[in-house]
Amino acid sequence: MRILREKKEKTMKTLAVYLKNYIKECILAPLFKQFEAILELIVPLVMAAIIDRGIGMGDKPYILKMGLLLAAIAVAGFIAASIAQYFAAKAAIGFSTELRSAVLRKIHSLSFSDFDAAGTSTLMTRMTSDINQAELGVNKILRLLLRSPFVVFGAMVVAFTIDTECALIFLGVIALLCIIVLGIMVSTIPMHTKVRQGLDKVTEKTRENLAGVRVLRAFTAEDEEEAEFERRNKKLTALELKVGRVSELLNPLTLIAVNAAIMILIWTGAIKVNIGSLTQGQVVALYNLMSQILVELVKMARLIIIVAKAAASGKRVAKLLNTESTKLSGTALPKANAPKGSVEFSNVTFTYKLGGAPAVENISFTAAPGETIGIIGGTGSGKSSIVNLIPGFYTADSGSIKVDDVEVNSFEPHALMKRIGIVPQKAELFKGSIRSNLLMGNPDADESMMREALKKAQALDIVDSRPEGLDAEVEQGGRNLSGGQKQRLTIARALLKNPEILILDDSASALDYATDAKLRMAIMNTENPPTTFIVSQRAASMLYADKILVMNDGHLIATGRHEELLNSCSVYREIFDSQFSSEGGAA
Amino acid sequence: MKKNDLNRRATLKKIIAKGKRYLHYFIISLISAVVSVAANLMIPLLIGDAVDCIKTTGNVDFATISKYLLFIGLSVGVSALAQYLMGLCSNRMTYGITRDIRDEAFRHIQKLPLSYLDSHATGDTVSRMISDVEHVADGLLLGFTHFFTGILTILGALGFMLSVNPLVALVIIAVTPLSLIAANLITKHTYSMFKVQSSTRGEQTAFIEELMNGQKVVQAFECEESTQERFDEISERLRVCSVRALFYSALTNPSTRFVNAIAYAGIGVVGALTAIAGGITVGGLTALLSYANQYTKPFNEITDVLAELQNALACAARLFELIEEPEQSPDEECTEHIGQGSNDVCFENVSFSYNPEQELIKDFNMNVKSGKLIAIVGPTGCGKTTLINLLMRFYDPDDGRILVGGTDTTKVARSELRKNFGMVLQDTWLKAGTIRENISMGRPDASEEEIIAAAKASHAHEFIKRLPKAYDTVIGESGGSLSQGQKQLLCIARVMLTRPPMLILDEATSSIDTRTEIQVQDAFSKLMKGRTTFIVAHRLSTIREADMILVMRDGRIVEKGTHGELLKLGGFYKELYESQFAH
Repeated sequence: MRILREKKEKTMKTLAVYLKNYIKECILAPLFKQFEAILELIVPLVMAAIIDRGIGMGDKPYILKMGLLLAAIAVAGFIAASIAQYFAAKAAIGFSTELRSAVLRKIHSLSFSDFDAAGTSTLMTRMTSDINQAELGVNKILRLLLRSPFVVFGAMVVAFTIDTECALIFLGVIALLCIIVLGIMVSTIPMHTKVRQGLDKVTEKTRENLAGVRVLRAFTAEDEEEAEFERRNKKLTALELKVGRVSELLNPLTLIAVNAAIMILIWTGAIKVNIGSLTQGQVVALYNLMSQILVELVKMARLIIIVAKAAASGKRVAKLLNTESTKLSGTALPKANAPKGSVEFSNVTFTYKLGGAPAVENISFTAAPGETIGIIGGTGSGKSSIVNLIPGFYTADSGSIKVDDVEVNSFEPHALMKRIGIVPQKAELFKGSIRSNLLMGNPDADESMMREALKKAQALDIVDSRPEGLDAEVEQGGRNLSGGQKQRLTIARALLKNPEILILDDSASALDYATDAKLRMAIMNTENPPTTFIVSQRAASMLYADKILVMNDGHLIATGRHEELLNSCSVYREIFDSQFSSEGGAA
Repeated sequence: MKKNDLNRRATLKKIIAKGKRYLHYFIISLISAVVSVAANLMIPLLIGDAVDCIKTTGNVDFATISKYLLFIGLSVGVSALAQYLMGLCSNRMTYGITRDIRDEAFRHIQKLPLSYLDSHATGDTVSRMISDVEHVADGLLLGFTHFFTGILTILGALGFMLSVNPLVALVIIAVTPLSLIAANLITKHTYSMFKVQSSTRGEQTAFIEELMNGQKVVQAFECEESTQERFDEISERLRVCSVRALFYSALTNPSTRFVNAIAYAGIGVVGALTAIAGGITVGGLTALLSYANQYTKPFNEITDVLAELQNALACAARLFELIEEPEQSPDEECTEHIGQGSNDVCFENVSFSYNPEQELIKDFNMNVKSGKLIAIVGPTGCGKTTLINLLMRFYDPDDGRILVGGTDTTKVARSELRKNFGMVLQDTWLKAGTIRENISMGRPDASEEEIIAAAKASHAHEFIKRLPKAYDTVIGESGGSLSQGQKQLLCIARVMLTRPPMLILDEATSSIDTRTEIQVQDAFSKLMKGRTTFIVAHRLSTIREADMILVMRDGRIVEKGTHGELLKLGGFYKELYESQFAH
């Protein structure tokens, strides 16, 4: 219990920081709302006075005066409410804006391990719908959460000032309504979850059907698919109807509860008026107060749902903000006479946070400046893990990794990153222009440098075939480019950095062999060629490497040049043969 | 504007047509609404009458009060019951229509031409079938009941007020338009603000999506600061327009409340003055005040419902766009059958393109004798799938004919044609279900022995056996935990079971380990034995053995011949061969 409360407090604290620029709004919004509520509570009292004194004594000027008072209350209420709405909107949106910015900053600070553990789609949800929910929550809380209980409580107090016994009826009906609302909510929540699951099943079937349309049609399985879909759809409908049967009870039951209370009120009121302890106007006032309570309770029930959702979202966002980043940052720099572009692994073992077994185990090798290192092996053999360790994206469990004779873990991050150019497996481009994407590699690059990098990456034709040239538009995620074009542009981006170490992580997979070969030649023929790591499934990409690392199941099983490995390493030979066919390898 | 209205009306009509089956629920729901609203409106009147019996000390008519209380109880009971009945009926109608529409849409998708499905994002179609349908259900059908009860309440309350005291009722009628005008003004004003807000929000979401997908690149290129700046810039724009939109739209409630409060004050004054003159009792005034509250509330709700209705209609229109998309030519008209015995495949002057501006295949001729091996080669993305699309009739040629066993394939039912082809694509698609269901996809009635035999022949049995529940192991959507190679073996087993006379294969270069690779190759060659095979080739051995090689480039077939012939030709094939296979 205490731990739970502490957790809650931590969540609140984490998020409350982003409201600190809006303290004024956060105080004023509920305050004005409260003022409006007080005004609303006065209305039944004024009306009671109109009835008892105005009508009872036939005092017309009094009625007019009270009428003007009611109008004045309406005007004041409107002004107060508008001001409250403005402050609430300003605070809620300001809050979400700052929160979103902070979350992005947090994400930027995460190490790759943290990022993998969180997952792209989860982070996406945090940034969008969770923060939207939280924003809605703040807005509603500022506007209503204080107001509704205040009105309910206030109406109770006013009722008590009129008559204690009648006010007890109020207590009874409030309790009864709470039971009804809570009971229905509690019993339908698990049902709603089931409906969601049912809907997910229907969605899943639709998605699957569309994704596999060719295979399904090839096997003429359309009828079975339809039958399965209809079965799921029917089940969903049954679930929806089941929830409906319970949740539709809410309105009739509230209606009954409230009117039962009113009936009791009138009867008690009648008795009291008869013995002279209450007036007719007071009975009417009590009745009006009861109506007000009802309206507020309905609002509050809706509000509770919104706030609960917002709280859940807020908790998730806070959890993300409170994750400790495992990113390392050292301060060491290489000595002036250190080799430029050397990489050394000794006894490196590394395990992904989510995976059980080590991704790579006991890896040792060295790469001298300017060398080309090929890394080959099947899926999951640990090829990419090795190259991801070089820039310190992940931290090794044990062993040492050195770049330019400096431990990667203690390398000043900016200096390390500047030395390394990476072309990731998945070609990621960003909305903007070809130019803006290339400039990511080197913000100071001029046109000729860009063209040079594009030429090496075999990507010059992409730019030259477009009338806008370098300023040709790149759509979100580069979706207006083909896979091969994207890959070549990402290669150019990395080359523009003029790195000491170039990592091509299976980044020529969408290129045909001829282009792939030209690209490798262009890189190797540079004046000061970078130390190049080529990760690939293709033996052809390895042929001219100075050193080939053969990976199998996380282990480095052989190191050598192509010819050597062909003779000495059976795994390498198998890979080579499977791609070139044994009888025609030398054709 | 007019055209928009017409479209909306047409959409509405279509929805009504879908609901015909549920007419009885609709009628019961309407009747219940009338009963519920009428009984509900009786209550304030009865309470007013009861209050009138409570005059002053010693002047209380208990007998009459108890009579009124009984009536109140009855009214409450009737109203509550009718309300529940209305809820149940409108649920049955709403969810029934939802189910029907979804079923219809799904059935329709099965008959849509692939050209439609290929050119529309899966996510878009799914969202039409799931969330658009939901919006239609919520907005249109549930919205309708709200709308209807709202109107009934307004009219009913008005009637009751007039019956209690016409003069006081007039005050309400005079003030009402103000409330509507205010709401209308605000909606109009906020519409443009919301448009700006939603487009800015869209921009921000797209940016976030891009950042999340490319996060590792952002960090690798140290672009954190510049992306943060860009993000904050978008955020700030969003903040400014959101505050405005939210504030103005939030004014609706205070404004209508203000108008209501004025009406309330008006009734109070006019009612009290009338009461002094003896035109109305205190109870009557109480009832009027209560009606005034009930009367103005639906106005707020109706404005909300109308907005939701607009949205629902827009969603419905998107939905009908899908449902009304023309189906592929029906199979029923295809009465011919594939020639028995011969499985020669013949392309006669075939022309085809995906869009008329970009000609792909023109006047293509090819004659493939039964049992031959045709290899298709070309660089990545050269359009090798086009041939598969034509053979399987996923697409039909624009011109010319494709004959199988001497019969024009467009005259054969698609199901019959496709049963003659076995297809293993590089994209190894498996459905969520058990291994058994996946293997027997083409022949759901296959026996256990046949399934195991097919799995054994395709080297899949070994790994299936080791799975926790063997053939009953459930694999998730798109294969879940299986490795790429295992998935491929399952796809081969699937074809192995149906034993079709012709094959369409895609040799994978994808990432599978060597051992599985050899198994896959072996399974492939078993499968190919004695069958006419079209294979997208990546291996030297395959192209050497091929009876004919089709060389594709940029979606076109540029060369055709045997390995030797093509090398001699010295064209694109030679270049490709030398860069790809020889070193």
